[in-house]
Amino acid sequence: MTVESPRHVSVRSLLLAAAVASGAIAAAVLIGPAGLDPRRVLLEVIDRLPLIDVESGLSPREAAIVWELRVPRAVLGSLVGATLAIAGAAYQGVFRNPLADPYLLGVAAGAGLGATLAIVTVGSGSLLVPVAAFAGALAAVAATYALGAAGGGRRTGTTLILAGVAVAAFLTAVQTFVQQRNADTIREVYAWILGRLGTTGWADVALVAPYAIVSIVVILLHRRVLDVLAVGEDEARTLGIRPERVRAIVVVAATLGTAGAVAAGGLIGFVGIVVPHAIRLIVGSSYRVILPLTVLGGAAFLTIADVIARTAVSPSEIPIGVVTAFVGGPFFVVVLRSSRRDSS
Amino acid sequence: MKRLFSLVFALGLLVVACGDDDSGATTSAPADTGAFPVTVQGTEIPALPERIVSLSATHTEVLYEIGAGSEIIATDVFSDYPASAAETEKVDAFNLSVEAVAALDPDLVILSYDPGDAMAGFEALSIPAILFSPPGPTSLGAVYDEWQELGRATGHTTEAQALVREVRDDIDSVVAEVPQTVRSFTYFVELDSTLFTVGSGTLLNSVFGMLGLTNVVGDDAGAYPQLSAEFLLDADPDFIFLADTVCCGQTAETVAARPGWSELSAVGNGSVIELEDSVASRWGPRIFELVLRITKEVYGVG
Repeated sequence: MTVESPRHVSVRSLLLAAAVASGAIAAAVLIGPAGLDPRRVLLEVIDRLPLIDVESGLSPREAAIVWELRVPRAVLGSLVGATLAIAGAAYQGVFRNPLADPYLLGVAAGAGLGATLAIVTVGSGSLLVPVAAFAGALAAVAATYALGAAGGGRRTGTTLILAGVAVAAFLTAVQTFVQQRNADTIREVYAWILGRLGTTGWADVALVAPYAIVSIVVILLHRRVLDVLAVGEDEARTLGIRPERVRAIVVVAATLGTAGAVAAGGLIGFVGIVVPHAIRLIVGSSYRVILPLTVLGGAAFLTIADVIARTAVSPSEIPIGVVTAFVGGPFFVVVLRSSRRDSS
Repeated sequence: MKRLFSLVFALGLLVVACGDDDSGATTSAPADTGAFPVTVQGTEIPALPERIVSLSATHTEVLYEIGAGSEIIATDVFSDYPASAAETEKVDAFNLSVEAVAALDPDLVILSYDPGDAMAGFEALSIPAILFSPPGPTSLGAVYDEWQELGRATGHTTEAQALVREVRDDIDSVVAEVPQTVRSFTYFVELDSTLFTVGSGTLLNSVFGMLGLTNVVGDDAGAYPQLSAEFLLDADPDFIFLADTVCCGQTAETVAARPGWSELSAVGNGSVIELEDSVASRWGPRIFELVLRITKEVYGVG
């Protein structure tokens, strides 16, 4: 471990990433199917700031579009995007597997099963849906962890991923079964699976924010340790780091964040793959550099994806999971190819 | 909004009761045995069916209405109307097992959804089966045609014709009462709480159009678009029809509590109308109830 190489994130790249994220959020607030005058929208947002009182000229209904729909949705999009992206990066770090993400670990499948059970029993409008998704996600990651341990004693990255795939397949099968037995709610479940940001406005933001913030802070605090782990477990031990303990903390933090994000936005795929790898391609492989930039990059990515979801086929909406997968699918292949080339 | 309403009333439009909407054609006229074999929707039915399995809730309603109810031995899980349909043996039409249906020894199977090509299975077993292809008829005329086809297939031709005549006359008389308004009212139909709705090329859209209402979605959004909440707030429809009251528990109150919705004219004016899901989504004889309800709520007539 030398300290000569620039392994800390530069202020300049942080500022640049923050500017991109701010631009995305601004675009999300200014652009929408309603075609409101951007200048007035801007005035409306400024008017809401404390101690400032300006007349935006928007009708109450138009103001509601800005303040009850666009702003909470942009905030929700950035929170969910940031959380999913850093969770993906964290999973990739602890399992030293470039393809690790919430899907491969069964987290998303567990959340999906939990939500499906809640939807078929109490209906999609219930507050229990996010709670059940959360419980399912935690149960899934616990199962993956236990199975990974049973497989080989030591939880290596590979056995965990394999355990995750098995758990995900099993949970998805159970979910499909439950879904088929309850055909009357099949479309509600389906809509939720495709992922969607914001029909409940600020309530969703309030739901996600605590999970997102705790998750992001905990993972960021472990960025140096992740760099050490990346060198190897034995090297980490010689530096007094206990890999199993670090892995458990980071995985729990990432899962908390993922479950919160999934509970609010549904199953939005590929953010955890696309964003960390795009950042890696630009700035290299140090987690101390990647993680902070991933938070901002994730926020920007999902917010822009949501602008596309809302406006591309207006007045209809595309599920945001479709937009992210449309970009993420091809990107995944590129990552796969380049990572295979690296390891050979 | 209120101004338009008063105008409608001021025009002194007559309310003509068009009763007998409960005159279920439960007349058990002897089935038309002599007509068989018949060919319906490309399927030959060799003899008068006595053991019918209906795998479509809409068609179950029609069959009961035209007097074929006593021949029905099983229905799909969604067939819940009339009450006697709910009590028949149940088959899952969305995960259809040809073998399970064949075990019931039917002499006619009605389907309206067949992604797994169960039709081929029924043909192989020489069980007459009729598929009314999804997504179903897009105009009332096509609806009436389907009813007549069901009548021919089950030997209840006369009753089917009578039903069509009755419902058509009833609907026509309601449509005739629809007043001229200064401008066409706009509406939004909610199919579920994620804002799926109907667009052009759907039966519901054409029924609303016939009653002088304009869909906020417009003509270019396809048959079943999912709207963004922002678009809906911006479009501000005069009327909101909820067709997700049963499936998703939506009511005028739950809708008013959604972010920004309190600013909608329809919410402020009490023009959020709760429909029963099955009445709004099926095209059985109860479609007249739907027409009547819409007319009543929008124009105060009918």
